[in-house]
Amino acid sequence: MTRVLAALVLVAGVAAAQDAAPEAEARYYALIAELRCLVCQNQSIAESNAPLAADLREQVRAQIAAGRSDAEIIDFLTARYGDFVRYRPAFEGMTVLLWLGPFVLLLAAGVVAVLFIKRSRRAPAPVAPDSQRLRALLDEKRP
Amino acid sequence: MIAELGHIALILALGVAILQATLPLYGLRRGDERAVAAARSGAMTQFALVLLAYVCLSLAFANSDFSVIYVAANSHSDLPLMYRLSAVWGAHEGSLLLWVLMLAGWTLAVSIFNRNLPANVTALVLAVLGAISVGFLLFMLATSNPFARHFPVPAEGRDLNPLLQDPGLIIHPPMLYMGYVGFSVAFAFAISALLSGRLDTAWARWTRPWTTAAWAFLTLGVTLGSWWAYHELGWGGWWFWDPVENASFMPWLVGTALIHSLAVTEKRGLLKSWTVLLAILAFALSLLGTFLVRSGVLVSVHAFATDPARGVFILIFLAIVIGSALTLYAWRAARLSSPGELNFLSREGLLLFNNVFLAVAAFAVILGTLAPLVAEAFGHKLSVGPPFFNLVFPLLTFPLVILVGFSQRVPWKQGVFAETLRAVRWPALAAVVAGTALPVLLQDRWSWGAAAGAVLALWAMVTAVQEIWRRVRARSTVAEGLALVPRAVWGMSLAHFGLGVFVLGISQVSSFGAERDVRLAPGASATLGRFEFHLEAVKQTRGPNYDADVGTVRVERNGRAIATLHPEKRLYRAQQSVMTEAAVDHNLLRDVYVALGEPFDNGDWGIRLYYRPMMRLVWLGGVLAFLGGLLAISDRRYRLAQAAAAAARESTAPAVA
Amino acid sequence: MKVRFLVPAGALAALVVLFALGLTRDPSKIPSPLIGKPAPAFNLPTPEGGRLDVDSLRGQVVLVNFWASWCTPCLEEHPLLMELARSGVKIVGMNYKNDLPAAQQWLARHGNPFSVIAQDQDGRVGLDWGVYGVPETFVVDASGVIRHKHVGPLTRAAWQAEIAPLLPSS
Repeated sequence: MTRVLAALVLVAGVAAAQDAAPEAEARYYALIAELRCLVCQNQSIAESNAPLAADLREQVRAQIAAGRSDAEIIDFLTARYGDFVRYRPAFEGMTVLLWLGPFVLLLAAGVVAVLFIKRSRRAPAPVAPDSQRLRALLDEKRP
Repeated sequence: MIAELGHIALILALGVAILQATLPLYGLRRGDERAVAAARSGAMTQFALVLLAYVCLSLAFANSDFSVIYVAANSHSDLPLMYRLSAVWGAHEGSLLLWVLMLAGWTLAVSIFNRNLPANVTALVLAVLGAISVGFLLFMLATSNPFARHFPVPAEGRDLNPLLQDPGLIIHPPMLYMGYVGFSVAFAFAISALLSGRLDTAWARWTRPWTTAAWAFLTLGVTLGSWWAYHELGWGGWWFWDPVENASFMPWLVGTALIHSLAVTEKRGLLKSWTVLLAILAFALSLLGTFLVRSGVLVSVHAFATDPARGVFILIFLAIVIGSALTLYAWRAARLSSPGELNFLSREGLLLFNNVFLAVAAFAVILGTLAPLVAEAFGHKLSVGPPFFNLVFPLLTFPLVILVGFSQRVPWKQGVFAETLRAVRWPALAAVVAGTALPVLLQDRWSWGAAAGAVLALWAMVTAVQEIWRRVRARSTVAEGLALVPRAVWGMSLAHFGLGVFVLGISQVSSFGAERDVRLAPGASATLGRFEFHLEAVKQTRGPNYDADVGTVRVERNGRAIATLHPEKRLYRAQQSVMTEAAVDHNLLRDVYVALGEPFDNGDWGIRLYYRPMMRLVWLGGVLAFLGGLLAISDRRYRLAQAAAAAARESTAPAVA
Repeated sequence: MKVRFLVPAGALAALVVLFALGLTRDPSKIPSPLIGKPAPAFNLPTPEGGRLDVDSLRGQVVLVNFWASWCTPCLEEHPLLMELARSGVKIVGMNYKNDLPAAQQWLARHGNPFSVIAQDQDGRVGLDWGVYGVPETFVVDASGVIRHKHVGPLTRAAWQAEIAPLLPSS
């Protein structure tokens, strides 16, 4: 539990990140927030103070400094640790369902709602709520 | 003895719950009024017994009775009394007891406030609540007895998880559970509607205040959880899309859909089967959350110590309760037909689309939360984190904020397009102008995201105020107008205003938030944006059950001192665990947040600096929504509904007798 | 009964099956993407002053064990490693982020199951192999391909069920 509790500083990345160019620094913070620490419960390597997280931050920093792109850095890590390290699932294979599922459902639900409205407007003799309520009370009086 | 007393009280409560779940059903079938009436006395007795058990556990904590395993595992004689009492719900067993206490409390409230409802409705509702209580009491007694003792008795306890030694944690879980458990009342009403086949506007009117109350507490609980995580976890975040957070957010989304669909069912008698389904699902997702948090199937920062046996029990319980509810639904829902015309441009039409977006948003959260589990079943390993949710969720929910401004101006049944446009043109214009100007005025910077968020937020806020103003203006004097606005409208407008405040906060903090990790020697300083941070010193102090390094950080803005902050890094002695206590200077426009990191060998300190613009608005929005919910349930309409039901019952009484 | 009203119950049934499956698995276990791939290249110093590279692993099935003297769970699997080494299994010891003298002292005290030791001082090779917590044990076959990875202390049960079948029966 203890390693979950303590949310500490990125010791390794600190000194170096300070002198880095602002753009590289922004990339560094954005990337480490999207990479998952493997030994922690559910923390990014930015949040974790586990030694492994410090190593991975150092890797990210060094690779940014070496001019690698974000995609290359992520590929580097997934080749070693698997898709588990990326908090942003890749858009490929099964995960397409994950990314598009909500929007497909939104479309489907929208169509159902529209059909529902159309059908209700064709429905015979709308019952006003008041008369309906009256009827409910009348029903109750008829045991 | 106290622990045994508590244990016996729980066993008795289980017996009472079984009677409460079965006798009323028997009574309704056989026409035995005494058996039907047993529901109410059962509710009272059960509450008294569970409260007794709860008090016993609290006393065991207050007395530091380490012969009780649960107390020994979660308390310490140095722990301040306040935290000893809140430690009751600091881990699995005790939090389950709190859950059962809340359930008994809600049941008691139903039995008291629904005195005037038809006896058969109340009896059915109480029986369903009793059945849920049976499940939880069995769960506690079979797998998670908080009163179990051990021998030899340890001289000292292992202390409460330091993460939970925070004022936020004293109130966050009770509020959250109030919400979770509160949805059981809407669930019970839904079951009673399915069983009795009676679902009319009166049913909706009885169900609404309970649902709104549960929703309001859940809103506050989630808000407090976010606020607590921000302060206590020390990395400046306020929502991590962690499975446990999502577990509280899923029922919130469905509950929000439910309070809106209930409005349609009450006012127009439409969407009945959908409303019933939402009522079942809101509670189902509360149970699902319990399962996810306590079974260990997903990896979370906040997970309880997990135990597969508990997971199996909750899963079976969930399958039985929700499975039978949904089977009943499949069997009876077709009878809940709602004849009636529904137009696109009508309040119910817009509320239908509100439900579409909320349901799909809830689905997206469920999908993202469970996707790792699905992948695992197929032999893959997957993480779904903030980048997924932060992209998908706003896309699915921003239409809701647009809808909210319209739905208040569009009348029930049939709106007129031109009239609607005319009514909203000034609010819309004001929102667009002020919203686009806001980022530039406050930040000297442009950001499409921040501007779009501000426009949406101001739109929700302005239209909420306009709704009140419109009603006030219709009267001769302002005072009279204000007095005549129904509380339900005050509540709705306040909650919608809160939504705007929340959206404003989120859009600004996520667009302009900044952070930096620096290494400072005492006496040195660092800058973040317009702020300058001087680390003056780091000193050691001693707290009741921890030792701490306390930093003194002077914060200046453009050379002018604005605050002196004292971030702490605590070592809790009993568990030897390190905690960061972030120090925050805040006003409505911005938070400046400093967290102490690791010391370096040469005396330097690693320090995390955060700038969080409009951070407070995120929680303020949640608090306003909570207050709005409370205002809405105090509306006299609901008391009138009770009175009407009472009158109806009086008039039918002779016929029954 | 209309079919559409059955949808929620069906969804629940699917979820319950999913959760039941989930309860049988340990979510903290992370499978390695390197299984079935050639072992990542390395070239590390040995305590004797030589170098060990990935090609020298070829020719027979070897266990590659990442360990350290500071790692308490490593002591747990140590007797089993000793036993395996005695029975003729070739085990390569990767001294992970650990000083050589400390490692040698530890081996002198508890016995040395390794046929050869490589010094991964900065953990860089560990990173290439996807190590996230010592001890970790890889099975590399005669052609230099990783066949299996075991995370945590090696147990007899895991050995018999998962690793022994990968070795040529001798």
